[in-house]
Amino acid sequence: MKKLSDLKNAGVTTIRNVKGPEMLRLLEMGLTPGSKVEVVRAAPLGFPIEVKIRGYLLSLRKSEAECIEIE
Amino acid sequence: MQRETTIALVGNPNTGKSTLFNALTGLKQKIANYPGVTVEKKVGHAILNGEKYRIIDLPGTYSLNPKQIDERITYQVIAGKYEHEPEPDLVVVMVDASNLDRNLYLATQVMDLGLPVIVALSMIDVAEDRGIKVDANRISKGLGVPVIPMVAKEENDVQQLREYISSHTLESPGVLQWEPGEPLRNAIEIIIEKWIKPHMDVPERAWTIEALRFIGDDQAINLIPDIERQHQLREIVQEARKILEDAGKNYAAEEVLKRYDFIEKCTAGSVHKSSEEKTTLSDKIDEYVTHKVFGPVIFVMVLLLMFQSIFSWAEPFMNLIDLFFIEMGNWMASNLPEGILNDLLVEGVIAGLGGVVIFLPQIMFLFFFISILEGTGYMARAAFVMDGFMTRIGLHGRSVVPLMSGFACAIPGIMAARTIENWRDRMITIMVLPFMACSARLPVYALMIAAFIPATKFLGIFTLQGITFFGLYIFGIVMAIFAALVMKQFIKTDTPSPFIMELPSYKIPKWSGVFQNVFDRGKVFVMEAGKIILGISIVLWFLASFPKTELPDSFTAENSVENVEDNPDQSAQMEASYRLQQSYAGQFGQFIEPVIKPLGFDWKIGIGLITSFAAREVMVGTLNTIYSVQDQEDAVSLQKKLQRDVDSETGEPIYNVWTALSLMVFFALAMQCMSTIAIVRRETNSWKWPAIMFTYMTALAYICSFVVYQAGTAFS
Repeated sequence: MKKLSDLKNAGVTTIRNVKGPEMLRLLEMGLTPGSKVEVVRAAPLGFPIEVKIRGYLLSLRKSEAECIEIE
Repeated sequence: MQRETTIALVGNPNTGKSTLFNALTGLKQKIANYPGVTVEKKVGHAILNGEKYRIIDLPGTYSLNPKQIDERITYQVIAGKYEHEPEPDLVVVMVDASNLDRNLYLATQVMDLGLPVIVALSMIDVAEDRGIKVDANRISKGLGVPVIPMVAKEENDVQQLREYISSHTLESPGVLQWEPGEPLRNAIEIIIEKWIKPHMDVPERAWTIEALRFIGDDQAINLIPDIERQHQLREIVQEARKILEDAGKNYAAEEVLKRYDFIEKCTAGSVHKSSEEKTTLSDKIDEYVTHKVFGPVIFVMVLLLMFQSIFSWAEPFMNLIDLFFIEMGNWMASNLPEGILNDLLVEGVIAGLGGVVIFLPQIMFLFFFISILEGTGYMARAAFVMDGFMTRIGLHGRSVVPLMSGFACAIPGIMAARTIENWRDRMITIMVLPFMACSARLPVYALMIAAFIPATKFLGIFTLQGITFFGLYIFGIVMAIFAALVMKQFIKTDTPSPFIMELPSYKIPKWSGVFQNVFDRGKVFVMEAGKIILGISIVLWFLASFPKTELPDSFTAENSVENVEDNPDQSAQMEASYRLQQSYAGQFGQFIEPVIKPLGFDWKIGIGLITSFAAREVMVGTLNTIYSVQDQEDAVSLQKKLQRDVDSETGEPIYNVWTALSLMVFFALAMQCMSTIAIVRRETNSWKWPAIMFTYMTALAYICSFVVYQAGTAFS
């Protein structure tokens, strides 16, 4: 299963499922299954990453990006 | 008397909520803490159409499933569960038009509370820049509540909202407009019937949202204190969740998904995006500001510029304040009848207050910059860029600005830690912040280094003195990192520390808002910290001034014969020195001498340690007084006195390089700043944290000084 944290380079993908302790929060922020997410860039040490979701920018640490399964 | 109509302002962070609040209330607003917590509460009044309204600005939140204290307050207030706040009569939900889906999520939750709701659709200008056109009427029909498009900065738009509020009939929208579907509806019903109705005392209109919280989030269940009852509730929730699972649904996600489905239905046809999404100026700026290499460089440059400006801009104001308090002290000293009251006011109250108010310009300038960094959206970028570095040492990306500002002074730094949302990260940042070598340590470092560290050259351009000085700064940083790593193990929290952080679009901050914020911070600082400092400085004054001793004859005869004629000032200093020695503080200094002896300190430094609790730089003044050095500005003479001071029995010098190092290490680590104690008390709303801070820092200082002195003297 591919995760958002595996998406090393910038790119658009579709969210398949969200899991983990922060699931509810991630969903509430609009990272719902079926929605498009774009990795815009990564911070100096590789994480956090900056993603575009529903037209706005969100930053996620590795632990959160690992909870997001993608197509 | 009829109760004022209360309007609650709710919205996601960065939606312009505060701007709207300021526009509605003007200057008629108050900032205070909610009772018992450090969450800020902004209340103001507005007169709309001749009627008076009370407006409360609630902490920004993304959802009503509260994760943090601030968000919990927002939920409790609008649910009518917060005992210190009346239930609002109307909720204005601020919704960012450029980010509709996520913002409407909160709106649908608020609507479920069964209160009259108006949606203020803000930032339509930003949305248009991005090529997004929003049809407010259609959204209004979809949601079933009024939707008013507006730009919070535009007076016309605000006026329109005012009219809407005053003509509003205060009807509530229907609960659950988002059509939760059969299984979820049944699950809600079970929890309401079996748990909420018999066991909970919440207003009926909050039943559904409470039920939804239990279904989706175990944390809500864990909050029930009684284990027996918790168990009972868990069983009921299991039953409700099973209905969803049997229908093939994810119980935690179902509500969110249904809400987003509904929102997408509402916005479909109401939002027109131009075919190609534009690269905005924001995106272009971000390419550099969050760049892997340029990002950190830009961040360091921004900080350097900021602190340089704070230092140089604040200085004339600080001198002015200093002068003002000196003049006021002089005026009072000469215009009030001599006596204890005079002394108390001049040496205790005015000196104590002066010592605090002098930080005001620095604080106001720091908050001026922080407001701008926050307002433009840069702060989130700084946290993004630095988070990787900061998490490696147990802190948070947002800790970096407060920590850096600690090099100027811990007080504005501790106040700046408010920008850290997570409670635990904020606490750790506050608790290690005083290790950053603030400017008050400078006079002590300078004196000790000049007196006891040889100016030996090193690698051509460096001197041992310079390296010691630099080393003390690094030492502070290393200890802060060490303390942060240790504290991470001890400070427990029920919420993890996620970094799900929005990076808002860059915008030009609203200047009136910036100045309002700077002014508020300054006011809060003077009022709240001032009260506590006033108390401590009176106590300290008392200890250093009593008991009032008569000078013994021998004192005048022995010491002043050759001095008095050519130097009356010096004899006054000698008297002061003698009186200080006899005072409670002096007695205490001698009393604790056995304790500080292993660190290489004698009773004179002991007094200095006590008085420098008021503020570190007082140490030099105290030593000055004790050594009766006539000119306080002339550090060289004090330096000589320290070098020449010998033990009357052994004839050995009292101070040597190890005493000096030990003392500097002590100053680097010990909590000797009552202003910091006062501000930590205020920011954490308890005496617990300042007490822990004082204890652990002083203990650490003692241990390190002990090691330095004992090891140093043993090896040399």
